[in-house]
Parts: sequence; structure tokens; C-alpha cells
Amino acid sequence: MQLSTKHLLGIRDLQPDDIQLILDTATQFKEVLQRPIKKVPTLRDVTIVNLFYENSTRTRISFELAEKRLSADTINFTASGSSAAKGETLLDTVNNILSMKVDMVVMRHSASGAPHFLAKHIPAAIVNAGDGINEHPTQALLDAFSIRERLGSLAGKKVAIIGDIMHSRVALSNIWLLKKMGAEVTLAGPPTLIPVHIREAFDVRVEYNLRAALEWCDVANVLRIQLERQNQPLFSSLREYSLAYGVNKRLLDSLSKEIVIMHPGPINRGVELDSDAADSKQSIILHQVENGVAVRMAVLYLLAGGSTKP
Amino acid sequence: MKIILNEQQLAITIQRLTHQLLENHISLENTVLIGIQPRGIYFSDRIVQQLRTLVAPDAIHYGKLDITFYRDDVRTGLHELNKTEIPFSIENKNVILIDDVLWTGRTIRAALDALLDFGRPAKVELCVLIDRRFSRQLPIQADWVGRPIDSIITQKVKVYWQEKDGKDEVALL
Repeated sequence: MQLSTKHLLGIRDLQPDDIQLILDTATQFKEVLQRPIKKVPTLRDVTIVNLFYENSTRTRISFELAEKRLSADTINFTASGSSAAKGETLLDTVNNILSMKVDMVVMRHSASGAPHFLAKHIPAAIVNAGDGINEHPTQALLDAFSIRERLGSLAGKKVAIIGDIMHSRVALSNIWLLKKMGAEVTLAGPPTLIPVHIREAFDVRVEYNLRAALEWCDVANVLRIQLERQNQPLFSSLREYSLAYGVNKRLLDSLSKEIVIMHPGPINRGVELDSDAADSKQSIILHQVENGVAVRMAVLYLLAGGSTKP
Repeated sequence: MKIILNEQQLAITIQRLTHQLLENHISLENTVLIGIQPRGIYFSDRIVQQLRTLVAPDAIHYGKLDITFYRDDVRTGLHELNKTEIPFSIENKNVILIDDVLWTGRTIRAALDALLDFGRPAKVELCVLIDRRFSRQLPIQADWVGRPIDSIITQKVKVYWQEKDGKDEVALL
């Protein structure tokens, strides 16, 4: 029982068996989180640094909680207020931290491929907590866990990923994972936010009509419009985007079946998702957040375990 | 290979242990049984099966405990995970921990740690089918023993169960 990789850099590098193992392990950790004492001594002798070169609320708190629930020692690093602001390189910073006997690195960086670069140069296990517009593997894993929890399995399920596919690492990780696990994927959004060759690259469907995508799917994963990653406007206004691609309760009620609504957060309420849909019974957004801790515990446990095998 | 318990002896031993437990925990008031995953469950299932013929089934509180997260050897290798299911409070209860083989005592050490995360029991007792005496690495002893045996460290005790292995038998390999 062991993952086929030493790091979690992206879903791209995982085998279906690895994904299955992570999700099954997370189920056990979810049970731990429901106990009177929500903590196990499993990673007592493991030290983990959370290296965040980019802002984060959910992911950082979720990782930190996961580490603490596993009894690991944690150090938090944020780029602002550190020597990175004085011009220290990423590799220097990490090597300095590792020389203080740190076993694992959880990192988020605005540059795609930053954790892959680091993995080539340092001995510690790396967990990618989001790199630029490339991947956000633990988000895809917790999304998969939440779908599995609600619908029983992933194979054969129809998932629509809606919105800013172009700038979304959540979208890319989700596509990799869902395709590997045998789900069907449709990408929906304005043509300017969907990469041109993605249909052939991943064997996914592309749909420019929101209603058609929602009618087709079992699960709609609504993504955030990432204004901070758009250098030039790709749609005319947020209001126009919301009118054409915003998901609201009226639209959901008019569909022929009840679908599950997901969102990786933070929500731009009233833009990609209206409050009445985000807070409805169909939404599993807060379950996603809850499951995030269990899934990250599973990832950390599986990467740390067996690391000093003689 | 030496047979320690054959099918009939195993059945009698389980019967005896069940009666002993009942004798010391009158009608199981304030007592709960917890089997240790994975192989202890086959043994605890049999005990509970016996108990059901002797007391009202709703008087029996039976849980299962997986100790993987409490092991002291996580860094040297991962072990298969199993389900923990303790659907009742163990606060101030008499807990009977049940496992198939007591050997080094490390599993029970982990089980005690795991158990305390579910509350503070009034008392914890240990019931095992086979006690490999003189091979302990920790100061842990069983309260209820099916069969004590003397073995050397290179030997293996294998417990076979009908449901899993197709026969009921305990053997020393």
C-alpha cells in the first residue's frame, strides 16, 4: 500500500490506483474527524512547512488543520514579510528551511511548474497546493471525494466544469482526475475563456450554452472568474458574464433533474453563482471544504508513510 | 507445523471465554466489547455471536477499532486501513478489547491510545485467543486468554477462520 509517486505535483502524474487509494484513505480520516478527539498521533515525528507565495484562505487553513490533526509539526511561510521580499530565490529559501530538518513542503506559487522545479532539487516530499494556472491537485481530489460521497462513484458520472477554464488550475486538475477515473466531462463558458485545443487534448466536450451544459450533467462545478489572472478583458463586463453564464436557482429549478452544485471558493456571489443557488440544498460547497481536511490528511499520510523504509 | 487448536477445540475455547466474560460482567450492564481490526474482528464476531444466544441482543454494545493511525512504525511503511466503528460512548464503561493473538504487545499499546481518543473508560480489559507468552516488548498482559503458548520469535502463529480462510484452526508454523 503506497503511492506510485514521492510527491504530489499534479493529478497528471497519478495512476487511477493512487487516486483510489487517496480517496479510500480520506474516508477513514473523515471518520477520525467525527470523533470526540479529532486528532491522531500518526505523523508525530514529521515536520511540514507551508510555503505560500500566493494568497490563500481555505487551502492554507485546510492544510494546516490537516497537519495538526495528524500531529505533525508545522511552520508557516508567507512570501510577504519574509526574505523573499528581499530578493532571496525560491531554491535558497527552501534549502534554508530544509536545513532545519523539515520533512515535507506544501507549496503554493503563482508560477506554473514551481513545485516541479523544486522537486528536482530538494530531497523533501512536495505537495502542490496550487501552481499558477497549472494544477491544484488536492482541490481536484476533494472535489472527487465530495462527488463520490454524494453520488456513490465517479465512473460514468457527467460533470460540467463551468466558467474560467483558461486560467483555472482547479479546472485542469479536475479534468485530469475525472478522465482518469472514467467520468465524462463537459467544459462550459464563453469561448474566450476556454482554451482552443482542449477538446482534442483531453477528450472532453465543450459547450458554449450554459443551459445545455446543465441539462446534460449530474454535477456542475462552477469556477471562480479569476480577474487577477486576466491581463486583458476576455468578456465585456461582469454583469454580461453573469447574465450569460451565471448559475442561479431559477435556472436550476427549470432543469429536468436536480443536479449537484460545487464551487472551489472563494465565490464571487452574483457573478458566476447566485446566493440562492450557492446556499441551496443542491449545493455541496461546504461539504467540499469539510472534506478538504480529510483528503489532505490522506495525502500527507500517504506521502510521509514509508518515507524512511530501510 | 503444529495444530494448536482444531475446529472443535476452537469452538469450545470461544464458548468458555464468552461464559467467563459474562460471569464477570453480569448481563453486560455498563460493558462494551471492541474488536481490533483486522484479524481480531473474526474472533470478536464469534464471541458476540455466542453472547447473543445468552443475553438480550440489545444489551450487547459491540464496536470495531482500527489502530493503523496509532502505530509506531508509520515512517517505515504503510499498512492497510480498516473501518473504525464505535457507535456508542465508552465514557465510564468497562471496555473489553478483543484481539486474536497477543505477541509483542505493540498492537494493544496502539489500541489503548486509540481507545482513549473516544473517551475515558472506567476500566479496560483484554481478551485474546492466543497468548504468545515470553515474547512481549511492552509490559502488557491479557485478562482473558484462550490458550497460552510458548513460541520462539522466528515461529508464526496463524489463526484461520471459516469466513476468511475456509477452515477454523490455530496453527504454529
